[in-house]
Amino acid sequence: MSEHDCDIAGRPAAGEPVIRLENVWKEFAGNVVFRDLTLGFGRSATTVVLGPSGVGKSVMLKLILGLLKPDRGRIWVDGTEISALSERDLVPIRTRFGLVFQGAALFDYLTVRENVAFPLREHKDLAEGEIERIVREKLALVDLEGTEDLWPEQLSGGMKKRVGLARAIAMDPEVILYDEPTTGLDPVTADTINEMILRCQRELRTTSVVVTHDMASAYKVGDRLVMLHEGRIIADGMPDHIRDSRDVRVQRFIRGDASLSAGAPNG
Amino acid sequence: MCPHGYYTLMRESKDPRYVRLRVVPSARRLRPKKRDFAVAGEGLHRPPRRIRITIGARRREGAPGAEQRVFLIQAISRVGLYVADQVEGLGRFGVFTGQMFRWLLTDATRWRLLRPQLYQVGVRSLPVIVITGAFVGMVLAAQSYGQFDAIGRASWVGAVINVSVVKELGPVLAGIMLAGMVGGALAAELGTMKVTEQIDALRAMGADPIKHLVVPRFIATFLMIPFLTVYCDFVGILGGYLVSWGYGVDTHEYWMHSADVIENFDVFSGVLKSTFFGAAIALISCYKGFQSRQGAYGVGMAALEAFVSSFVAILVLDFFVVLFLNGVYDLLWGRVAIFV
Repeated sequence: MSEHDCDIAGRPAAGEPVIRLENVWKEFAGNVVFRDLTLGFGRSATTVVLGPSGVGKSVMLKLILGLLKPDRGRIWVDGTEISALSERDLVPIRTRFGLVFQGAALFDYLTVRENVAFPLREHKDLAEGEIERIVREKLALVDLEGTEDLWPEQLSGGMKKRVGLARAIAMDPEVILYDEPTTGLDPVTADTINEMILRCQRELRTTSVVVTHDMASAYKVGDRLVMLHEGRIIADGMPDHIRDSRDVRVQRFIRGDASLSAGAPNG
Repeated sequence: MCPHGYYTLMRESKDPRYVRLRVVPSARRLRPKKRDFAVAGEGLHRPPRRIRITIGARRREGAPGAEQRVFLIQAISRVGLYVADQVEGLGRFGVFTGQMFRWLLTDATRWRLLRPQLYQVGVRSLPVIVITGAFVGMVLAAQSYGQFDAIGRASWVGAVINVSVVKELGPVLAGIMLAGMVGGALAAELGTMKVTEQIDALRAMGADPIKHLVVPRFIATFLMIPFLTVYCDFVGILGGYLVSWGYGVDTHEYWMHSADVIENFDVFSGVLKSTFFGAAIALISCYKGFQSRQGAYGVGMAALEAFVSSFVAILVLDFFVVLFLNGVYDLLWGRVAIFV
């Protein structure tokens, strides 16, 4: 995306947002995670949501999928308000999403093949040969050919995340949500995951939402960066815009320097 | 309102930006002081400058019986919270059971999901059930032989062993062993799946966790427990016979007396009873797994609670099913004395 495709505040000029959180409040046992959060995610763009641990990034993904309900506010997906839908009515919405979990969340009672085939068997009436073809294709996309018969316990952390990604894209979703995709991985494996995300974005033209606190990953995959702090958005814009932010909280986070004070020079 | 339900703690701020304020006790003691409370504000752009906390507005210091009254109110409040908690838990279990039966009746379970569960419940627990059943039969023979021999009716020992095993010990022991082995394992497995977000992953993919995880486990336990009960009965009877034979009891008389007292209805009622136990074990254990708290301790507690609750449920169900089946038997055939 070029410099000209952004508005005056540095936000990328994506189309009508496919997902929109409107005045969302969420609280857990007295701990307020979101205070009046309003945020939209544009179509076919990769938005990275940044913030320290515990700021509610994963909660936001679960709210988008209806796995959690907001205390107040509304969540829209392509013009449908999902915060009021029942579990059964959410199913058609959820099939349009793919979620890559922080810990991969592979079903440990199923092989890699069955894990990737799971959403296909659940929602599509396909012949075994067709399922096998899709599984192979998706595993090839994440460079894991030949691992079909392995069990999740036989995989390394990076491989698990890649199988999680293959499972998330098995149904060719319109939106892929990534929950801390590079956390806990060595830098090289983390970069491989970033490449996978970019490849999926390039080849599948999906809308992606990545929540992370890994700045290298954020700069690499993000078209737009949003930073959360104490339940609110404190920065929202293209990577360069965030990098040049004068907000000390933003600078503290992106530089990883807790000692940075309000008076310190930026840049 | 304070969670203790006693102190009037809230005082408004005149700040127009005030949205909602709660006063949260940060320490519990009989005579709270102001520092024991923290103020939690929500939706405040800037916290109000001054919040007045009034403690013990309705409490008169030094009044006779004040301490006792506080104690009593706190005790009642605790009992109330406990009861409300239990009722809420029962309600959740009811909803869970309802959802399970809805999926069970409306959607066919896939063989792919059911087969490993049948193997897990039916085959994996067989050795333990066989050993338990055999030793119970043997112990029964060892315990009762002396008394029967003393009155010169040693061959009647078979009747006692077989009635006890077929009507009561077979199904109950099979149930208890299954609660320990399968119930604990189910709760731990589903608890771990919850902790590792596998249950969220199912929901995120538009699959219902109850349909996928609970229904196959319920069907497997429900279908397998009658077979396990029959095995338990069989080895119990065999164990009892071998010990009696060792004591020198006549084989022909042993089996003749046994056949005299055991009716088809006894075998049927034992097996029927076991299906109730199987249903209870599966439902309770899966529910406990789904309710598991985070971490190794949470999963461990879920497994423990699953076993204890299933165990209690088996004994309670046993009593009521026996009452019911006795009523059915009396209605159909009238009461008959076994030992005459």
